Amino acid sequence: MSSPDPAVLARLRAIVGVENVLTSPEDTIPYGFDGTAALKGPVGVVVLPGSTQEISEVVKLAAARGLAIVTRGSGTGLSGGSVPSAGCIVLCLTRLDKILSVDAANLTVRAQCGAITAAIDAAANKHGLFYPPDPGSMKISTIGGNVAENSGGLRGLKYGVTRDYVMGLEVVLPDGRIAHFGNACVKDVAGYSMKDLFIGSEGTLGIITEVLLKVVPRPAARRTMLASYDRMEDAAQTVSDIIAAKIIPCTLEFLDRMTIGCVEDYAKIGLPRDCEALLLMETDGHPAAVAEEAEQMLTLARARGARDVRVARDDAEALQLASARRSAFSALARVRPTTILEDVTVPRDKLAEMVAFVAEVAKKHKLLVGTFGHMGDGNLHPTFLTDERNSEEMARVHEALEDIVTKTLALGGTITGEHGVGLAKKAWLRRQVGENSHDLMREIKRAWDPQNLLNPGKIFD
Amino acid sequence: MKPSLKLLDYSILQQCMHCGMCLPACPTYVATNKERHSPRGRISLMRAVADGELKLSPAFADEMSYCLGCLACQTACPAGVDYSNLLETARAEVQSAGLNQTFTSRFWRTVTIRGLFMRPRLLRFVGRLLWLYQRLGLQTAFRKIGLTKLLPKDLRRLEPQCPTIATKFSPQLIRPVESPAKKNHRVALLTGCVQDLVFADINRDTADVLLANGCEVHTPPVQPCCGSLHAHNGEANAAKTLAKRMIDLFPPSQFDAIITNSGGCGNHLRHYSALLADDAVYAPLAKLWDSKLRDIHEWMMEHGCRAPQAGLGDLTVTYHDSCHLTHGQKVTKQPRDLLKLIPGLKLVELPEANWCCGSAGIYNITQPEQSEQLLVRKVGHVIGTGASVLATANPGCHLQIARGLRQAGSPISLLQPVTLLARAYRAER
Repeated sequence: MSSPDPAVLARLRAIVGVENVLTSPEDTIPYGFDGTAALKGPVGVVVLPGSTQEISEVVKLAAARGLAIVTRGSGTGLSGGSVPSAGCIVLCLTRLDKILSVDAANLTVRAQCGAITAAIDAAANKHGLFYPPDPGSMKISTIGGNVAENSGGLRGLKYGVTRDYVMGLEVVLPDGRIAHFGNACVKDVAGYSMKDLFIGSEGTLGIITEVLLKVVPRPAARRTMLASYDRMEDAAQTVSDIIAAKIIPCTLEFLDRMTIGCVEDYAKIGLPRDCEALLLMETDGHPAAVAEEAEQMLTLARARGARDVRVARDDAEALQLASARRSAFSALARVRPTTILEDVTVPRDKLAEMVAFVAEVAKKHKLLVGTFGHMGDGNLHPTFLTDERNSEEMARVHEALEDIVTKTLALGGTITGEHGVGLAKKAWLRRQVGENSHDLMREIKRAWDPQNLLNPGKIFD
Repeated sequence: MKPSLKLLDYSILQQCMHCGMCLPACPTYVATNKERHSPRGRISLMRAVADGELKLSPAFADEMSYCLGCLACQTACPAGVDYSNLLETARAEVQSAGLNQTFTSRFWRTVTIRGLFMRPRLLRFVGRLLWLYQRLGLQTAFRKIGLTKLLPKDLRRLEPQCPTIATKFSPQLIRPVESPAKKNHRVALLTGCVQDLVFADINRDTADVLLANGCEVHTPPVQPCCGSLHAHNGEANAAKTLAKRMIDLFPPSQFDAIITNSGGCGNHLRHYSALLADDAVYAPLAKLWDSKLRDIHEWMMEHGCRAPQAGLGDLTVTYHDSCHLTHGQKVTKQPRDLLKLIPGLKLVELPEANWCCGSAGIYNITQPEQSEQLLVRKVGHVIGTGASVLATANPGCHLQIARGLRQAGSPISLLQPVTLLARAYRAER
C-alpha cells in the first residue's frame, strides 16, 4: 500500500487542495472495495477532485508519471469495476454532485458525474418529468458510474437501460484532454457515435465528468401488483402470457423462496414465505390504460394458478414493495458470510428453463442459492450464499458458476446483463463475444490508452 | 478477557458486504462524503484491525468516536449487520488500549462513568447540589460576574448546557407501589438517571398512564444506572455489573413487563442477554428480562391503550424519533399512534424525523461541532412543520432539541408523548 512519491502527492495537493488528497491507511482502506463481495485492492492515495479541470490536471500528471487511475463514484458496483489496482490513484468523483439544469422544452437534464441517480429523477419530477433507469442502488449510485457501467434496473422491459437515455457526455481522455460528445438533438449522425463507445466502457477509455440525459413525461398513473405461486414455471408463464397479450408492463420482477424469506426478514411487509415464487408487476401510463392493463394482468396471473394476488393500496405500499425488491441482493447476505451475485441474462422465453437449471446446479454442487431478477427482460441474479474462508466450498461455487455460464451461452444469453465485466467476469468474456470481437475491443483500448493507465485489468487483461 | 475485534465472531464483520445501502442514512457520511465516516467504511477499518492489516491508532480511535452510534445504518441495512455490537467492541478495544485519552478526558470519564453513574445515591446527591447552585441564583450570579470563566475549558463549554435539575426526584413523586382501581398487569417502572434528575415529572406521567390502563406500578426508590453509557463508551465490565444489579432489583419473573420511557436506555436494556451470555447464573435471567422489557409506547399500544375522553384543545404536534427508540428498538409507529389517541390533537410528520439530533449520548460533549450542525438541521425542520409542540421520547433528544429551539428563539414547546397522554387523562376529571 505504498503511497506515490512525495513529489506526486505535492502536485496532487496543489491541484485539488490538501484536504482532498487522502493517504493515511484509516482514510484509504475504506476505498479498497466496491459493492462486490470478496474483492478488494490496495489503496495508496485517494484524490477527490472538485471540477472537470482538476480531473484533467490529475490525469495529465498521472500520464506524465505513468500512474494508473481507477475512477469511482459511490462504490456500489457489482463486478469489481472500481476495485483499485496496485499503485493506482483512486479518483473519487462524489464531490461533483450538482444537477446543473432541467430543460423541460428539450426534455433533458444536465448533471455532473457524481450526482446521485435518484436525485436526478427527483429533479426531473419537479417538472413533471421522469428519468426511468432505476438500478437497485439508485439512492446511492452516481450517474457517472451508471453511464460507465450502462446500468439497468427494474424497468428495462418497457423503458430500456441507461444507454437509452444518454444524449451527451463530457469526458476526460487518457492524456488529460477534455472532449464533448453528443448534444440535445434527438437526431445527430455527425461522425461516429462516440458517446456510445464510452457508455459501458467501465472507466477504461475515459473519465465521464458530465452527462446530458434524456427524460420523458412522468406517467400519470401507476399500479403495482404482487402475485404468489407454488411453481416458478407458472410465474414465468404468466410473464409470457402478459407479453403475448400485447401488454408491456414497466416492471416484472421475481423472487424465489429463499430470497422471499430474506427480504421479509428485513422489510417485514407481510410477503408470503411459503410460496415458491413471487411476481412483482407494475404498469404505468395513462390512467385508463393502466386500469385496463392491471385488470388483464391480474386475470392472466390467476389463470396461471397464482395462489394469491395483491394490489398495492396506494403509492406508499407500491413504493414499499419496490423497495423490498431492491433490497433483495443485500438481504440475501443475512444467511451466510459471503454473497456471490451473478448477473446472467437469457432471451426472455428461456428464463424459466434457466431458473430451473440454477436450482439444479446448486443441488449438484451442494450449495445454497437464492435467485431473483427481472423476469420481463430475462436478466436473473442467482446468488450463492457461501463463506469466502471455506476454500473447498468456494471451489464448488466456481464450478457452479462455470456450469451456469456454459448454459447461459448455450441458450444465446450473456454473462452480464447490467453489472459489467469488471474483474468478476473477465474470464468468460472471450467465450461469449468470440475471438475477433474480443481482439477488437483490446485493440481499441490499446489505441486509445497506449499506456494502459485508465482502470487497467478491468474487462480484459 | 479484554474485548477485541480479533476475538469477535468474524462472521459479524463479514456480514457487511459493503453494498453501500447505509451511505445515505449515515449523518456523518452525508456531512462529509468521505467513506471512512460511513458505516461500511468504519466496518472496513474494524475488519482491517481484526485481520491485522491496521494497527489500533489514534486516527482509528477518532473515527470510532466520530460515529454518532445513532444506528440509522441498522435500519437501512438489508443484510442485518449488527453494527451496534461492532461499534461497542471497537470502542471497548480502543478504550482498553488507552488510546484517545488526554488527562482531562480520563478525569471526566472516571468521575462520570466510573463514579457517578455507578452510584445512584451519589448521583442524586450531586444532582441536589447542582439544583441548589441553580436554585439559589448562584448560576446566574456566577455567570454575571464572570466566575464561570475560572472553570476548566471543558466545563466552561458545558456549563451553559447543564440542564435544569428537577425540584423533586422520582421517589418524591412516585410511591414504591401504586395500584389502579382494577388491576390487569403488574409492571416495573425504570426511572433512569438523567430522566430522574431532570424529568422526574415524566416518570410521574408514565406511572399515571400505566395506572389509567390497569397496571400496578412498582417503582423502587433507588435504582442502578442501566449501563448503556458504559457499554457505548467501551466500559463493558461496568456495564455487566450494572445489568446484574438491575436484574437483582427487578426479578423478571415477578413482572408482566419492565417499562422504560427513555429510548437510549431501552435499547441497551433489552439486550442484556447478549451482554451476559457468558454468565452461567445470569444468562437465563437476562433472557427472560429481555423478553419482558418494553418501551412505554410499545407496551401501551400492545395492550390497547385507552383513548382519553378529554383532549387538550386544538393542538398541532410533530414527533421526533429518538435514534435508539426507532433504529435500535424499532419502536416507530407506536408513539405516533399513542399521540393520535388524544382528541383534537393533530399530528404532522416531521421531515427527517428519524435523523439524529446530535445529542447521541455524550456526543454533544465529545464532538460539539458535528453535534451542533445536526441540531441546527433538526431545529430547522421542526420549525418548518408549524407545530406548536414537538413530542419526543428520550431525555437526551429532549434536552438537546429544547436547547436548539431556545437558541433559535422558537416558542415551540417540547413534551413527551406520555406527558401529553397523562395530561389528557387528567383533563377527564
